[in-house]
Amino acid sequence: MAVPRVIGTETEYGITIRNQPDFHPTFASALVINSYQGGRVRVRWSFDEESPERDARGISADDTGPAELDSGLINVVLSNGARLYVDHAHPEYSSPECADPRQAALYDKAGEKIVAQAVENAYQVLKPGEYLYVHKNNSDGKGNSYGYHENYLIDRELPFSDLIRYATTWLVTRQIFTGSGKIGSENERPPVQYQISQRADFFEEEVGLETTLKRPIINTRDEPHSDVSRYRRFHVIIGDANMSEIQTFVKLGTTALLLAAIEDRALPDDLALADPVSATWQLSHDISLELPLALADGSAATALELQIRYFEWLSEYAESTFPDPVWSDVISEWGAILHDLEQDVMLTADRIDWTAKLRMLSAFRRRDDLEWHDPKLALAALQYHDTDPRKGLAYRLEERGNLRRMFDDQELQLATTEPPPDTRAYFRGRCVKKYPDSLVAANWDSLVFDVGAETLKRVPMMEPLRGNHSLVGDLIDSSLDAARLLEALES
Amino acid sequence: MAQEKDQIPRRPDLKSERVSSSPNIPEKADVHKIDDLLDEIDSVLEENAEEFVKNYVQKGGQ
Repeated sequence: MAVPRVIGTETEYGITIRNQPDFHPTFASALVINSYQGGRVRVRWSFDEESPERDARGISADDTGPAELDSGLINVVLSNGARLYVDHAHPEYSSPECADPRQAALYDKAGEKIVAQAVENAYQVLKPGEYLYVHKNNSDGKGNSYGYHENYLIDRELPFSDLIRYATTWLVTRQIFTGSGKIGSENERPPVQYQISQRADFFEEEVGLETTLKRPIINTRDEPHSDVSRYRRFHVIIGDANMSEIQTFVKLGTTALLLAAIEDRALPDDLALADPVSATWQLSHDISLELPLALADGSAATALELQIRYFEWLSEYAESTFPDPVWSDVISEWGAILHDLEQDVMLTADRIDWTAKLRMLSAFRRRDDLEWHDPKLALAALQYHDTDPRKGLAYRLEERGNLRRMFDDQELQLATTEPPPDTRAYFRGRCVKKYPDSLVAANWDSLVFDVGAETLKRVPMMEPLRGNHSLVGDLIDSSLDAARLLEALES
Repeated sequence: MAQEKDQIPRRPDLKSERVSSSPNIPEKADVHKIDDLLDEIDSVLEENAEEFVKNYVQKGGQ
């Protein structure tokens, strides 16, 4: 039996400020992070701390050269168990660990609400006429990509070679329902008017450790953030960030099932592609979904046909192995998507970003007689990903019922402050909220408290499913301060 | 693989007739349903699209 499904996502958001001549993405990202919780000063510069012109929240008003930011210091742990920080030139939200794909999609989506709130708060610092934008996308259309990463807890005993063998074709072909859609091509791929994925053009290797250049389909980072003797964290870097809640849910749920099936040796075939790297961008460039992909055994199949094979295997596997209704929801949503993609890809425009965006752009093209390279289309395609609740076009589509939702506003709002109940993120989030003055440091796998003793107290959390509500909820409820909590934990 | 056909609604079937599709799917698709949405989108689109898009440059990421 596969290990429990624990899922989390990381989103690097695109960022820009309009009408700010000295815009610096790292400072702007720091501004976003530090604005979220009331603009408390958290940023320290690595040099030149005395520059009076430089705002500690991340805006450089003077022109004294390329100030550097110790981005490690801009690193906030939130009461929902997530991590919000500056990753080089982007604000990044790492969701808390979740025990099922519905929760994982909810907390992924909550990240948008968190950065949108931060942006709104940041206007207290921005000058009149400056406008700050944070987009949940993966490409600037000019050859720069930034990531969206998925993390799945898997069994350490599974040989990594099995993962490579069985997950590669999956990750390549799932793009037909995980893509967010993009005008044009990048990274010296052949020209195309519109393509399925934002990320596909940037993948150049089958397997590797890199994440910023020569990106691999299978990333080999081995950093489990948990008991290394039992677990591995499979770090998936090839997916697009999605605005569609259902799309995120299906992307995470199906991939979690696929990985469980690999662990349980339930896949009858690896469906190996002859050239996975070329297939990645080639199928992304084919919105008709008719491109035959060469398989290693000499046959050929479209991405959709391969996905239907996976569907046949995984639906049967899930039925017998994962009784919780959330998994049958995954299967039925996925099945409906594949069914509709087979009939007419545009039937999925109420659930899938790449078709939703294509429908909107096509309507503009028709009404305004626009060419694909028209700036208005580029803007609409970009603004689809704007996290501003009033201006983000995906939200406009949602509000009009053109894009289906899974979560209501209240549920999303709650997820911005309350942790998921079923993992150690619960313990982390509750402690952040209840004992902020005693909590010195937090990490994925430990919390460090200062309760006035001679030494700091470290609470390890090497089991991702421990520290959940049923195990520590009452304990936290009844512990007035961190000292009492630690006493209770030790007893 | 054995299948239990009735368990999952709308299970796709490899053998089903494929609806013929062509590269201009979006043009043929039913887009009029969102035409009334375009006016609303127009009202929230950023001003000066060309300048906005040109200046949208992201430093590399992961």
